[in-house]
Amino acid sequence: MLEIKDLHVEVEGEGTEILKGVNLTINKGEIHALMGPNGSGKSTLSKIVAGHPEYEVTKGDIIYNGESILELDPDERAHAGIFLAFQYPVEVPGVTNNTLLRESYNTIAASRGREELDPLEFDDYARTKLELVQMNPDFLERSVNTGFSGGEKKRNEIFQMAVLEPRLSFLDETDSGLDIDALKIVADGINKLHGDEDSVVLVTHYQRLLNYIEPDFVHVMMGGRIIKSGDKSLAIKLEEQGYEWLETHAKVNGEVV
Amino acid sequence: MSETKALESMIGEEYKYGFTTDVEYEDFPAGINEDIVREISNRKNEPEWMLEFRLKAYRGWKEMEEPSWFNATYNKPKFDSLQYYSAPKKKPKLDSLDDVDPNIRETYEKLGIPLDEQKMLSGVAVDAVFDSVSIFTTFKEKLAEAGVIFCSISEAIQNHPELVKKYMGSVVPARDNFYAALNSAVFSDGSFCYVPKDTICPMELSTYFRINNMNSGQFERTLIIAEDNSQVSYLEGCTAPMYDENQLHAAVVELVAMENAEIKYSTIQNWYSGDKDGKGGIYNFVTKRGACRGDHSKISWTQLETGSAVTLKYPSVILQGDYSVGEFFSVAVTNHMQQADTGTKMIHLGKNTKSTIISKGISAGKSNNSYRGQVKISKKADNARNYSQCDSMLIGQTCGAHTFPYIESANPTGKIEHEATTSRVGEDQIFYLQQRGISEDDAISLIVNGFCKEVLKELPMEFAIEANKLLGIKLEGSVG
Repeated sequence: MLEIKDLHVEVEGEGTEILKGVNLTINKGEIHALMGPNGSGKSTLSKIVAGHPEYEVTKGDIIYNGESILELDPDERAHAGIFLAFQYPVEVPGVTNNTLLRESYNTIAASRGREELDPLEFDDYARTKLELVQMNPDFLERSVNTGFSGGEKKRNEIFQMAVLEPRLSFLDETDSGLDIDALKIVADGINKLHGDEDSVVLVTHYQRLLNYIEPDFVHVMMGGRIIKSGDKSLAIKLEEQGYEWLETHAKVNGEVV
Repeated sequence: MSETKALESMIGEEYKYGFTTDVEYEDFPAGINEDIVREISNRKNEPEWMLEFRLKAYRGWKEMEEPSWFNATYNKPKFDSLQYYSAPKKKPKLDSLDDVDPNIRETYEKLGIPLDEQKMLSGVAVDAVFDSVSIFTTFKEKLAEAGVIFCSISEAIQNHPELVKKYMGSVVPARDNFYAALNSAVFSDGSFCYVPKDTICPMELSTYFRINNMNSGQFERTLIIAEDNSQVSYLEGCTAPMYDENQLHAAVVELVAMENAEIKYSTIQNWYSGDKDGKGGIYNFVTKRGACRGDHSKISWTQLETGSAVTLKYPSVILQGDYSVGEFFSVAVTNHMQQADTGTKMIHLGKNTKSTIISKGISAGKSNNSYRGQVKISKKADNARNYSQCDSMLIGQTCGAHTFPYIESANPTGKIEHEATTSRVGEDQIFYLQQRGISEDDAISLIVNGFCKEVLKELPMEFAIEANKLLGIKLEGSVG
């Protein structure tokens, strides 16, 4: 589904390389966890896959369903089924969740050859998805993320994911800032949404989320590279020993991190 | 795509109403002096008192200095070479639509304002003003049944002189300010509306202003009177062709609301705003003022200002009656080299008077957008209240937004609240919406519409959709 090949990335106009050759393959139906300390490049990687204009790919490629997506605008990537749950969801005052999502849903539906929904049909549809993240219907009428608590913003991201039904989702630190109850709700929602046809990448600092969502693979990023990949046990080892253990490990292997 | 690119795509949007109409005009000399003023009055066959009003205004104007206190710079209009009267040649009397020059009829069709009543929005009566004169007023008979007088101001001067004489200049005096004085001297036409006691005007009234002639100024005059317990909603729309030269539009609008009367005045202003380098476009120097004369009266100004090269405009309310209410809802959009200095004045004279100001300024390109407002609570205005909210939105790095609120209170029981915010439409906001599958232009349109929502919802239904579309076109990429 997604193949990232030797990806080198700079901040546009600054010349500082922040990804230094990332390789990652994600197949249909898989859940991957992307872990690593602050500044390791894991949030950046998800933004780049989504097409954030701030970054410039200097080398390598991102292949999605067999084709390079580097030249696609963010909305075109969204149409193709790529979704990013934002670490810091953006406020859009005066635009209701309902308005935004209906427009989103319909533009994505159009490009996927699905039927567009009129406002009433959409309202019915959206309400069924609200239950998944245990949110009230009045949530639909509130301005996008405006005045939302941190937890509400994160839940709203998962709600949007539920409505848009993407194929490949990057969830960027969706767990941070959530109390344990909210974390359970969000994790439960993600589990229910996940099926054989779609893939999920959980970008997280903590192993905690992985108690609720079981990943097929765990990758550790450091210094703009994936330096280690493994199964769930890798996350547990990280939780016990910290990233320092890996840093030593990396140096032993002669790598610069 | 970056924010700048989106901005460029918006800049690329062409002005749709920039065509000219081939019309034969009456001959009229350029320039201004007492003879010109007399000749205008003469051509319109006006009574003596009207001429006196004009001459008094003209003599006052000659003594005045053109103001320059606003936050805009431009080449001053050349008052000596302007043509102060511009009327299409026509039959002496227009009795039916068939008498209207087909070219002019076609112009209004193109603008989406068919003058044929069958084709019109059924709930709206239109007075069509072409350059300096009112071409045609629709639904006159239907309104007359309800007792509402809706006609051109020239007709009102002939047919209802007592009303015009009583009210014209009573809100905006002939020598009120430089541009109002000029208008009072040379105004050629405009709309007149009188809603009698205990009458709710059965339909929306509207004036559509079109400047066509390249060398003429447009000086029209609107007078709306709502008697006790009456209500009227009024809308004006404006467009002009694209010329390299600037045209002057200096209108005066006077509103009078008597006891328990309500006037809602909405404007969608889309004058040609010049090209992206600032060449051409309309100078929109307009004096708009309403007087809440009666107790419990209410006047609301709602405006969507998207056009003009330079806009100087402060629709105001004088709250004379006790418990009277003044409202000002404004969205002012500037792009390219446009300059807008606009806002309102709320003058509280009566007791328990209340005013609300919601102003949304959106600037893009290299434009400059200023809010200038005055809230004044006089000594006798016990328990007067004002709430003002001025929000500015910037698109790109090269535009400017300014807020100049003036607050004056001479009564300790007065309550004035003022809130102001400035925000920038950021790359992150656009990226967020794009990530949800929405195109960059639609994202900007969505953000801007959200920003203006409080004001747009005040527009009459028939025009809200038009306003949304206009904003979309004007602001595509501009909020980036």
